[in-house]
Amino acid sequence: MAFGLLKYGLSRRRPVKRFLSARPELRPSYDVAIIGGGGHGLATAYYLAAKHGVRNVAVFDKGWLGGGNTGRNTAIIRSNYLTPEGVAFYEESMRLYRGLSEELDFNILYSERGHFTLAHSDAAMRTSRWRAEVNKHLGVDSEVVGREELARLVPLLNMSDEVRHPVLGALYHPPGALARHDAVAWAYAGRAQELGVEIHTETEVTGINVENGRVTGLETTRGPVACGKAMQAVAGLSGQVARLAGFTLPIRTVPLQACVSLPLKPFLDPIIVSGSLHVYISQSDRGELVMGGATDPYPRYQTSSTLDFMEGLMAHILELFPFMSDVPVLRQWAGMTDMTPDFAPVMGLTPVENYYIDSGWGTWGFKATPVCGNRMAELIATGRVPELIQSFHLDRFRDFSLMGEKGAASVGH
Amino acid sequence: MKIMPCPLNGPRNIQEFICAGPVEPHPDPSRCSDDEWAEFVWLEENLAGVVREWWCHAATSYWFIAERNTVTDEILATYPADRVFSERVDFAPLALPEPPAPPEPPKAPAPPPPAEAAADTPAGDAPSDDALPLAPKETGG
Repeated sequence: MAFGLLKYGLSRRRPVKRFLSARPELRPSYDVAIIGGGGHGLATAYYLAAKHGVRNVAVFDKGWLGGGNTGRNTAIIRSNYLTPEGVAFYEESMRLYRGLSEELDFNILYSERGHFTLAHSDAAMRTSRWRAEVNKHLGVDSEVVGREELARLVPLLNMSDEVRHPVLGALYHPPGALARHDAVAWAYAGRAQELGVEIHTETEVTGINVENGRVTGLETTRGPVACGKAMQAVAGLSGQVARLAGFTLPIRTVPLQACVSLPLKPFLDPIIVSGSLHVYISQSDRGELVMGGATDPYPRYQTSSTLDFMEGLMAHILELFPFMSDVPVLRQWAGMTDMTPDFAPVMGLTPVENYYIDSGWGTWGFKATPVCGNRMAELIATGRVPELIQSFHLDRFRDFSLMGEKGAASVGH
Repeated sequence: MKIMPCPLNGPRNIQEFICAGPVEPHPDPSRCSDDEWAEFVWLEENLAGVVREWWCHAATSYWFIAERNTVTDEILATYPADRVFSERVDFAPLALPEPPAPPEPPKAPAPPPPAEAAADTPAGDAPSDDALPLAPKETGG
């Protein structure tokens, strides 16, 4: 990357390369069709082409690249989960993320900030210790810190006892990171395209053809295509698309809202999360404070913003950072999330042969983008379920082997 | 502020209410298959459109039924729960993609809430509080 920049700087002509090529015409058939042009779908397409040599791949999206939850999340990356399966899974994602700018030759602005999950009660401290031990056992850098240590590490945090929920300590995860979420989608898209993957934006999949229990093709708004294998990665609309393929998911679509403040000078290096207060906050490279809270109280297929959310969120933010009462909010938005009963994803095989699913990503999908792409590509290419994602299978809701990841969801939903 | 017209308390802030999931036929756990039970407990129709749901006004513990559009976020109608049982409202087509068998004919008066259902509610397995009731659709009745 550095040499490329140097070469460009020394070049007389200042060459401008179009990063993504124009949308091609639909071909009649593809080896693999991917429904959903967000981070997960594009990453899967990239790894299929780059690692498995499967290049006759098409990605379909009804809107634009990364226009769903890829562009609506708060871009936090961490692996300090609760279940061993979850920790191992997200740890691989962080490993991939660290090398991603280099691998894709595109700066995704990955920056390790440190991640604090605040605890305001004995129960929360207990969960923090539990998570720290599971994390350390699996080689993840994670530690419980007390009040003094926390006050030293995050000097601006309000440690007063004169608030409704005083801070008792925190789970500290030093590798916790932020990245530019759009860049992740663009980088995967660009590299996948170079390897021969076709990206069909503004092409909605309206039907999934299944014959003898096996997927044979898709109906789209630009005509039908045949496909050998297909995968859906459509957060928020997973249930709707799965219904096209003829099965039902354990997923409710619930909006999750977030907002950013006006840009401020850098003052908050780490990412601060409070499960009890339903708050997370970090400062982006542009200086905006990125803030989010709990999911909305009832399921909806909507991305509208509400004053209720803003009031509730700000009441808690001001407990942690009272001086922010003067800071205006710049933007507010929402995404539709796939909420599962056990706060773990649903990925892998489906009742339809050669049709794969990547869903149930609730409020924790962005951090899993590389590992999902990597492992779903492996599954599609080899037909075998990788051990790392085995426990996230859809059938766990048939045999009641649920995951129980709720204690590690960033906020208590 | 979103307003929910409560049949008992009149128009109230929707923050005072808990959404407890779609109204759907309750399989008999002692007679249905494991798959049917798992489907009832976990799988969601998650309809984009008009749904019929159990809601509870938390302050008064009053359970009722609301019909609302999940795409436009409009509340179309709310009414006391007993209307489902006394007026023979056939909610199977709303709750199921293809009604396999008609639901049991409504009995009058309304049957009491199934007491054993509460025991089947999976206990929270982690210590964070549960603001969003994801499972307790069997709370109705």
